[in-house]
Amino acid sequence: MTSPAPAAIPPIPAGLRREQLLDLLYYMRLTRALEERLVNLYRQTKVIGGLFRSLGQEADAVGSAYALDREAGDILSPLIRNLGSMLVQGARPVEVLRQYMAKGESPTAGRELNIHFNDLERGFLGQISHLGDMVPVMAGIALHFRLTGQPRVGLVYVGDGAMSTGSFHEGMNFAAVQRLPLVVVAENNGYAFSTPLRKQTAVKHLVEKAAGYGVPGVQADGNDVLAVYEATRAAVGHARAGGGPSIVELVTYRRKGHAEHDNQSYVPLEEIEAWVKNDPIDRFARQLRETGWAAPDELEAVDQRITAELDEAIAACEDEPFPDPLTALDGVYADPPRADLEWYRRLDG
Amino acid sequence: MAETTYLEAIRQGLLEEMTRDDRVILLGEDIGPYGGAFKVTEGLHARFGEGRVIETPISEIAIVGVAAGAAHMGMRPVCEMQFIDFMSNAYSILTNYVATARYRAGGLPTPMVVRGPSGGGVRGGPFHSQNAEAGYLHTPGLKIVAPATARDAKGLIKAAIRDEDPVLYLEHKWLYRRIREDLPDDEEILTPLGSARVAREGTDLSLITYSAMVFKALEAADRLAAEDGLSVEVIDLRSLAPLDDEAVVRTVRKTSRALVAHEDTRTGGVAAEIIARINELCFEWLDAPVRRVCAHDVPLPYAPTLEDFVLPQTDDLVRACRWLARY
Repeated sequence: MTSPAPAAIPPIPAGLRREQLLDLLYYMRLTRALEERLVNLYRQTKVIGGLFRSLGQEADAVGSAYALDREAGDILSPLIRNLGSMLVQGARPVEVLRQYMAKGESPTAGRELNIHFNDLERGFLGQISHLGDMVPVMAGIALHFRLTGQPRVGLVYVGDGAMSTGSFHEGMNFAAVQRLPLVVVAENNGYAFSTPLRKQTAVKHLVEKAAGYGVPGVQADGNDVLAVYEATRAAVGHARAGGGPSIVELVTYRRKGHAEHDNQSYVPLEEIEAWVKNDPIDRFARQLRETGWAAPDELEAVDQRITAELDEAIAACEDEPFPDPLTALDGVYADPPRADLEWYRRLDG
Repeated sequence: MAETTYLEAIRQGLLEEMTRDDRVILLGEDIGPYGGAFKVTEGLHARFGEGRVIETPISEIAIVGVAAGAAHMGMRPVCEMQFIDFMSNAYSILTNYVATARYRAGGLPTPMVVRGPSGGGVRGGPFHSQNAEAGYLHTPGLKIVAPATARDAKGLIKAAIRDEDPVLYLEHKWLYRRIREDLPDDEEILTPLGSARVAREGTDLSLITYSAMVFKALEAADRLAAEDGLSVEVIDLRSLAPLDDEAVVRTVRKTSRALVAHEDTRTGGVAAEIIARINELCFEWLDAPVRRVCAHDVPLPYAPTLEDFVLPQTDDLVRACRWLARY
């Protein structure tokens, strides 16, 4: 009697290598685990401001950012639910922790919150809270790439809400007219704060808006990290080859409220439950196991690595001080380097 | 030496900086082969090509946002607002994104200039005559300059382009072709930001102003000298942010009487800020309250009788100076 032949391992799609699949899993799990740690710190009142979760959206941020070429110097600009994209570009958990806890050692020295920070060398430009503004700004970065003849690509995230702004429209239109190497990832998570998609726009799918700008648009399952990667990869390749901008709509779902304080009273419970079953990390881990692309101990090793990294990151910064108050005056301008303090001191004179 | 108009001086400044530094690019509406609504950029598209002189859709947010992104990457963009009135379309991205970048984002540099025709007296009506400065003076992170002479029009555009911070360059369209000066060909003109100029020396009272009002101030000073024997010192601020406090204090200490004048409306205007600083810095040197002459607090109307009444005129300055001298 012969033993049955082992089931053949299916080929890995999208030209990815096995280590890259584990990378994708690592970044998705790191995103979720880091946010879970932040929830604990928030409850201990160590997170000073609001806390924004990307629960259930990790695949869209990670898969799309992973499609960029970090060696080539591609740059992205995230929105608040794209922590995963920044981690892919090399942002470190300790930086995110320091930002949330307003530490003096944070990348913005305590001036800005959460994931609003940047490092153009590593390839991420932090957003501001005014939705849509990063589209023209990233178009400017893409313009620089084109004018200097560099084969680099910019990627900017917008959501169903940001796409209603005038800034989005003007930036998108400019990028289209100038055929700039810019990929616009339209993250459709169903809600902008409490406003559902149907009150945000009269189109059924965000990708329909691409036609109005004369650019290609594709839609992908935002909870399937490989589909996200593949769709974004094609748009990035198109941009790098001089084909101009395009819109990639990623259909996903925001499983938490706008921020930790928001109890989502406006969302039907069944809706959330349905999307829990479509969890992008569970789906991918299952896919890795069932295809045999990764062994169970490799998946476990990913989790262990993340636990150790986050333990270390929190220990490193948890007890750090806030910034010195007087540093608030520094660096509004290159010149003068410090805002006037004399007017204030004269109050005693 | 060549006789140069205020408008040509701006163009020369742009041309010289674009020649000197290939990181300097222009962005704006109709600034390509057409040369811009007032022809400030005429000839630059032909000379530098569409990679350096970029015609944009009608979209001030995009112009400013794209410039910011390019500036982060080391370029030196100069944005043209077709009329400065339209800069308010980009108010949010200018004040929230551009102005805050260095401070909030770990020193992220955004060296860029936004320039455009400001000011009234040209029968442009409410949307082609505005003075924008007060709306931006309040925002930390922006620098604001407003040249009155051809020399400073050139010197300030060059200095603004070289500056590491975002600069709003407010040129006065009434001056475009009305003033001309001999500018040297063999000297590089750079006007430092944050430095006022004494446009006329005087000892009896100080008239502190900027932009096109400098000429009405000089006219008033002439009349007061001839008719009243008064010696009026005229200060041309040139930069509104940063303000040259030292120059203001110096002239107030010299004359002990000050009038602050501008073409912009009164409430919340630049004059209010200058008067507050005089109060803080040299109150004890004053022999009279500081007065201001500004436009009436109304949108700028079109009809000549209305516009001339609303905008401050030389007569208004003369009356205010006489009041101060009598006090």
